[in-house]
Amino acid sequence: MAETNILTALGGIVRRDLLLAARRKSDVLTTLFFFVIVVSLFPLGIGPEMDMLRKIAPGVLWVAALLATMLSLNRLFAADYADGALEQMALSAVPLGVLVTGKVIAHWLLSGLPLTLLAPVLGLQFDLAPASLAVLVVALAIGTPVLSLIGAIGAALTLGVRGGGVLVSLLVLPLYVPVLIFGAGAVEADITGLGAAAHLSLLAAFLALAAFFGPWATTVALRIALE
Amino acid sequence: MLEASNLECVRGEKSLFRGLSFRLGAGACLMVQGANGSGKTSLLRMLCGLSPPAGGEIRWGGTPIRELAEDFRRELIYCGHAGAVKDDLTAQENVRMSARLAGQAAGEDEARGALRSLGLKGREDLPARVLSAGQKRRVALARLLLGKHRLWILDEPLTALDKAAVATLCGMIDAHLASGGMAVLTSHQELPLAAGRIEHLRLD
Amino acid sequence: MNNRLINWFRYASPQTFYPLAGKMIPWFWALTAVFGIAGLYIGFFAAPTDAQQGEGYRIIFIHVPASWMSMFIYLVMAFWAALGLGFNTRLSGMMASALAPTGALMAFLSLWTGALWGKPMWGTWWVWDARLTSELILFFLYLGFIALQSAIDEPRRADKAGAVLALVGVINIPIIYFSVKWWNTLHQGASVSLTRSPSMAQAMLWGMLLMALAFWMYSIAVALARVRAIILERERHAGWVEELREVRQ
Repeated sequence: MAETNILTALGGIVRRDLLLAARRKSDVLTTLFFFVIVVSLFPLGIGPEMDMLRKIAPGVLWVAALLATMLSLNRLFAADYADGALEQMALSAVPLGVLVTGKVIAHWLLSGLPLTLLAPVLGLQFDLAPASLAVLVVALAIGTPVLSLIGAIGAALTLGVRGGGVLVSLLVLPLYVPVLIFGAGAVEADITGLGAAAHLSLLAAFLALAAFFGPWATTVALRIALE
Repeated sequence: MLEASNLECVRGEKSLFRGLSFRLGAGACLMVQGANGSGKTSLLRMLCGLSPPAGGEIRWGGTPIRELAEDFRRELIYCGHAGAVKDDLTAQENVRMSARLAGQAAGEDEARGALRSLGLKGREDLPARVLSAGQKRRVALARLLLGKHRLWILDEPLTALDKAAVATLCGMIDAHLASGGMAVLTSHQELPLAAGRIEHLRLD
Repeated sequence: MNNRLINWFRYASPQTFYPLAGKMIPWFWALTAVFGIAGLYIGFFAAPTDAQQGEGYRIIFIHVPASWMSMFIYLVMAFWAALGLGFNTRLSGMMASALAPTGALMAFLSLWTGALWGKPMWGTWWVWDARLTSELILFFLYLGFIALQSAIDEPRRADKAGAVLALVGVINIPIIYFSVKWWNTLHQGASVSLTRSPSMAQAMLWGMLLMALAFWMYSIAVALARVRAIILERERHAGWVEELREVRQ
């Protein structure tokens, strides 16, 4: 009984956030365009030599994904905080951790997932081989949820704080380092023929860890922000 | 039963009140009064469990609300200054979404019914963006009619409401009290409530 | 049980801690001076010149203790943060915020001396060595903590938010260190590690140990002084602060 309740509540909040985003599509699209533009700027800054581009592609794509995720973090709690919906969530009969998990899932569906789907197209600009593109997609699919989970902690900590948008990058980007290393490393390992399995399993381990601790820390941070 | 003993509230470095105690039984209503900045909203947020009191304890049915957590929140409905009304959703969607956030299921018919009793007939499917401040407040209050919460905590519920809406709201509160519910509210105006079970609490 | 807890909290109250810290600070300064002078003497005069690195290696007497301290202070900070979050004691939060600037300073010193050492050793100021890179990220973590605390006006919220961040950071530090190390070995950048200890002479070891102790004492003294300042600032309206001799003057 209690479990089905929690699952329906989880589904409910994911649907709610998706509906809200659907009514305001520009927010989601801006993040995606940012990703596309940043990635496309690198060849302009570095030069069109394909050998060089192939080498930097994994790093560029991952750093751009990191930055795009960061930009979208503001969307996660700020609006709900401003209009009182967050208070209502904190007073809900459903544990706040469940609602937070739902919001993070919705955030990933709206930022991480589109980035993952878009990345192979951008990878073509950098002349990545099809096999490497596949590894890139898998790595992003495992890694971007970690970005959403860790980012949620930063977003919750900076709610209603002066200069929250810039501050969140200072808090969150250092914590993204392991994901960046193993995410980009997976693609690189594939290019150099080492095999990406080790990198991907470590990314999956990070995901498990972040899924365990992330919502809990975010919940604590949200309650602090609401006091 | 809601019980507060020796509550203390500190904002910044200033102590707003201390040694505040009261009991609220079934069917009773507590009107919290006081000047701006006297700690009315802080008290209400404490009673909800949003902010922990600097001292003292709040109990629900004899158990501290910290321990009850979700079991207390299930019995409670709080309407704060911000109504949690989303501009991008229609009035009807707003009611259902906020009910869902609170952990209760609300069908479309129920939501429409609640909006109609608050005088928003014909506006159920308009986006909240185009509603006036008073109409938005009514959307926020519509959730009171869904579900069976025993404790209503309303912070300045009359803000932006017109005469007719004030009367409707008072009727709702009266009915709630008559059925054994409890209410804690702040208001700068006198509420024309029927029941004689109103207790006053002045914060100074 | 309850009584014992209350007793504990008595020592944790800013009012009792303030004079205690005031009495301890001069002692820690004195120890800093003793260990520092002894350590520097050994470092500069007693320790032999390194066969490969010449005199330039002597910067490790600053570099290594600073790196140790920067890591250790983060752990201590996280410990106080956890205590503050768990027991809601005011002093713990103040301790955490008092430690952060010293930790950041140590991380910065470690980076700076690392660069100074790198120039004669590798001919470049910066090498993406695993230790240096982790130290850089640790420095960023300190900056994030300080920035978050200073952005929040309400001290209690600042303490609690900082505590959550410090705890998240402390879980992450080993992961970050491990990731950077893995990354470093894969890319085979700098093969020279900053602490090549096996050939270290006895005197070098002693010098390093004494300098580490000096850094310890310095950190404690500075953190205590900073905690006193924070206590005064936050409790300036409390009766006992106004009674203090140094405040009334």
